[in-house]
Amino acid sequence: MAILVVAEHENGAVAPATLNTVAAAAKIGGDIHVLVAGQNVGGVAEAAAKIAGVAKVLVADNAAYAHALPENVAPLVAELGKGCSHVLAPATTNGKNILPRVAALLDVDQISEIIAVESVDTFKRPIYAGNAIATVQSSAAVKVITVRTTGFDAVAAEGGSAAVEAVGSVHDAGKSAFVGEELAKSDRPELTAAKIVVSGGRGMGNGDNFKHLYALADKLGAAVGASRAAVDAGFVPNDMQVGQTGKIVAPQLYIAVGISGAIQHLAGMKDSKVIVAINKDEEAPIFQVADYGLVADLFEAVPELEKLV
Amino acid sequence: MKVLVAVKRVVDYNVKVRVKADNSGVDLANVKMSMNPFCEIAVEEAVRLKEKGVATEIVAVAVGPTAAQEQLRTALALGADRAILVETADELNSLAVAKALKAVVDKEQPQLVILGKQAIDSDNNQTGQMLAALTGYAQGTFASKVEVAGDKLNVTREIDGGLQTVALNLPAIVTTDLRLNEPRYASLPNIMKAKKKPLETVTPDALGVSTASTTKTLKVEAPAARSAGIKVKSVAELVEKLKNEAKVI
Repeated sequence: MAILVVAEHENGAVAPATLNTVAAAAKIGGDIHVLVAGQNVGGVAEAAAKIAGVAKVLVADNAAYAHALPENVAPLVAELGKGCSHVLAPATTNGKNILPRVAALLDVDQISEIIAVESVDTFKRPIYAGNAIATVQSSAAVKVITVRTTGFDAVAAEGGSAAVEAVGSVHDAGKSAFVGEELAKSDRPELTAAKIVVSGGRGMGNGDNFKHLYALADKLGAAVGASRAAVDAGFVPNDMQVGQTGKIVAPQLYIAVGISGAIQHLAGMKDSKVIVAINKDEEAPIFQVADYGLVADLFEAVPELEKLV
Repeated sequence: MKVLVAVKRVVDYNVKVRVKADNSGVDLANVKMSMNPFCEIAVEEAVRLKEKGVATEIVAVAVGPTAAQEQLRTALALGADRAILVETADELNSLAVAKALKAVVDKEQPQLVILGKQAIDSDNNQTGQMLAALTGYAQGTFASKVEVAGDKLNVTREIDGGLQTVALNLPAIVTTDLRLNEPRYASLPNIMKAKKKPLETVTPDALGVSTASTTKTLKVEAPAARSAGIKVKSVAELVEKLKNEAKVI
């Protein structure tokens, strides 16, 4: 039986999270089918067919699937997933929106945000904001799973040559409509895919002071994130939040600036390879997880760091 | 309109949980329990809708142990009109909770159901979406703004790239994100008044709901600990370490 992977895509391109999800599918083992649902997604389907290890790409190209409205996409995924052993999606806001709806339509539990595959039916996932790791076994006929992308190294985006097959069925529930979106525009790398992340917390004082972090990030080729405190205070928009309920990141280098290190923030970044903390409070909990801690005034340390790197 | 709001009893968000020595779960003995923070936001949003004259009645629902009455009383103190406890001693998975809520929705016929986007214990982020699937209603998850406009509900959602707004037919399901509102505290007179508000108890059996699960937890372990590193004395030393020791820049 095949494993169905629901592709994440944006602006006509396959999103990196899809590659991590295919990697999780490869660990489970089986034919990997990738579903590309959307409108005018022929290019995405062609790109998905090149992903290493993919056997087949199913493309559902219809206006009903534009903007990935769950009322329309979930019945499609449930229909295609019925005959599969597993249905996987990345644990992005999109995957989290759609997949539980699919699981309920299939009358099975969903297993959320797996970080490891133990066997075909057994998985590891964090609970309690990452303060405990549960090993769970599923007896469901179809195992519906979201994948924490930081748990799996991406497969190659090139090298495969899967067949592309059109899916005719159209589900249009007519219960919801897309009104609009405000997307953050940035030339910097995407937060969850960046090799280096520079994040600011409440210690930044205000949104304007984030300019110091942007300057440092641009020099390092880094993405910029923020703690929940900084987002709640209105310094920066929600899409920058790193933490248990924001984005989960695991870059090569994470630089936490003016962040105290609340549990829910640590849950979003503690799997980073190297963590640097810059904070003037030497008792800040962030230093307990930092490889390199610098007790200093960030307004002096960050500009100096920018000069020296 | 009638609004149903779901609340879950969870370990208080300030508690640092510990894994039990036998790896069977997390030690919850003598630990402070509270309403899940995202559920507090859900209750607050329902109360604000009532204050605006949009909501006419707020029914708080919990699916959980007898002690979850405490969290329902909190919801009543915050402004819910009455409460329903679907009582079960078993720890239910999200699908079973969604099925219990569906049975309550069938009975109560609310126009809007508001839930937290996830509980801070299981971190599943599933129940609202599952309830939407079971009822066939539209869903507005991770909401940062909710507006009733005629027979539609406009929901602004926090998504990875920024914000997205969708228009949903009513009845609809909404799950709350952090920026939807700042929950109030219950006042002492309201806490006293809440003790007299109606709280009905039913069982999943009486609702005809199956609590069967397809998932079994085999073990629960503490995560790999990350040891503290070193303190550097200067920015220059930091840069030197990052270049030559960690080799990440």
